[in-house]
Amino acid sequence: MADIVTIRNLTKTYGDGFEALKSVNLGIRKGEILALLGPNGAGKTTLISTVCGITRPTSGTITVRGHDTLKDFRAARRLIGLVPQEISLEPFERVMNTVRFSRGLFGGGRDDAHLERVLRQLSLWDKRDARILELSGGMKRRVLIAKALSHDPRVLFLDEPTAGVDVELRRDMWRVVEGLKADGVTIILTTHYIEEAEAIADRIGIIAGGDILLVEEKAALMQRMGQKQMEIQLQDPVTEVPAALADFDLQIGGDGTLIYTYDAQGERTGITRLFSALPDAGLVLRDVQTRQSSLEDIFVNLVNGDAA
Amino acid sequence: MNIGAIRAIYVFEMARTFRTLLQSIVSPVLSTSLYFVVFGAAIGSRIDQVEGVSYGAFIVPGLIMLTVLVQSVNNAAFGIYFPKFIGTIYELLSAPASFVEITAGYVLAAATKSLVIGLIILATSFFFVDLTILHPVWMLAFLVLTCLSFSLFGFIIGIWAQNFEQLQLVPLLVVTPLVFLGGSFYSIAMLPPFWQTVTLFNPVVYLVSGFRWAFFGASDVPVLASLAAIVVFTVACIAVIALIFRTGWRIRK
Ligand SMILES: Nc1ncnc2c1ncn2[C@@H]1O[C@H](COP(=O)(O)OP(=O)(O)O)[C@@H](O)[C@H]1O
Ligand SMILES: [Mg+2]
Repeated sequence: MADIVTIRNLTKTYGDGFEALKSVNLGIRKGEILALLGPNGAGKTTLISTVCGITRPTSGTITVRGHDTLKDFRAARRLIGLVPQEISLEPFERVMNTVRFSRGLFGGGRDDAHLERVLRQLSLWDKRDARILELSGGMKRRVLIAKALSHDPRVLFLDEPTAGVDVELRRDMWRVVEGLKADGVTIILTTHYIEEAEAIADRIGIIAGGDILLVEEKAALMQRMGQKQMEIQLQDPVTEVPAALADFDLQIGGDGTLIYTYDAQGERTGITRLFSALPDAGLVLRDVQTRQSSLEDIFVNLVNGDAA
Repeated sequence: MNIGAIRAIYVFEMARTFRTLLQSIVSPVLSTSLYFVVFGAAIGSRIDQVEGVSYGAFIVPGLIMLTVLVQSVNNAAFGIYFPKFIGTIYELLSAPASFVEITAGYVLAAATKSLVIGLIILATSFFFVDLTILHPVWMLAFLVLTCLSFSLFGFIIGIWAQNFEQLQLVPLLVVTPLVFLGGSFYSIAMLPPFWQTVTLFNPVVYLVSGFRWAFFGASDVPVLASLAAIVVFTVACIAVIALIFRTGWRIRK
């Protein structure tokens, strides 16, 4: 699929000399949900802010549907909606007014029918005349989304939309995001929750220390790097790995089981060989159980530089 | 040019004004009316005419200028400082609008507000003193230009300010003294020669003088000099704002 946002050799050095982005290259595909996963301070907000025009790039180029975000900033920005990490809203304003303001700011003519659709989609229609300060945290976040959607953007950036939000609201937010994707909006969301990326992303980009370490289809990423573990229960529990099995990557689990770690995608998993080696070690197989390693393991490996 | 953005900012800011009508319009009008009572009625009755005008009438242009200058600076400074303070400025910076639209929206709203205040004070003054306006069109022109140029100046202050203290510092420590020393309540001709010369470096002198000329036909400095002073000040403010947005100073990291 074609890229709707293209980021080339983007660097950002802040005024104090801190290098927050180190030559980022990233293509965002039309219609996808891309999760940028990274720990705090990785440069996620800096990256988003630079695309949206809040932060000035030090070098590199960004285009949105071919429009350069500096030279042709009006055309580029019209295509973008931004939901910032911090909840920034005027406390005394009313919901409808503040959303109408956003639409006006982007040069959209008054279109209350569109705004009604947006507010309904976000379950905010009943609150349209409420003051911001009367709303709960979750609703405020949705007002920010409504503002970002007020001018009907094709690309939506959500900066940590579920940080500090309870499970219920998080699922709520995921449903909203999926609804937007169904409407054809390209969505980039940042998160430091692995489960979030795992739950809703089509692709996952891992960012740390101002570098994008990789971007891959979620499924492929988990397959390519996913390791499996097999827990082997024995008739008689063991306390140490028998010498006869020293060739295998084995550890002792709780209750005296053996834990075998292997690459599920590898040419051979070694399982058959291991099973046939068990009797030689004088062990009797009782039961086995396998577990796919989570994205979390992959993430931790990558950020620590242990993996490709 | 994104006219919609200018309109959106303007409408939003004016709505805030109406929401806070009491503090934004009623209170400046009320406090200025007190000046009329104190200076015009109480003190004025003991002062002879100044330049052929009763003292009560003489101070009207200066009083309007005092309020309009302070209001313009305050309104515009607050207008842009507030989104910076609460973080909503992200929306301005990510909108398809250049500094032209953003500045126009906030400055026009601030100028409108102080213009309305100025006109209300003018209307009020008719209750206190006998007043004829010789050049009404010029009077209005000076008033509008002053509202605009000092709103531009206030806009710069709002960008510069990093806390509420700084936000109030300039209007309090710079603008008010300049107005009081700018011949609002006296004619420059009343000062000793040395101070007359010093005063000519005070830009407010030119505003008050030109504005007063529109009322009474007499001025401390040539009318064209007044006009030139406002224009130069306006252009300088616009240049500074353009530079601020080009470099992103205190707005864009
Ligand atoms: N205005 C700034 N000046 C200097 N350093 C900054 C500024 N903003 C962010 N940083 C630094 O840049 C790094 C990346 O920040 P950020 O993009 O906010 O990370 P994330 O959103 O991934 O948590 C952090 O180390 C942060 O301290
Ligand atoms: Mg962040």
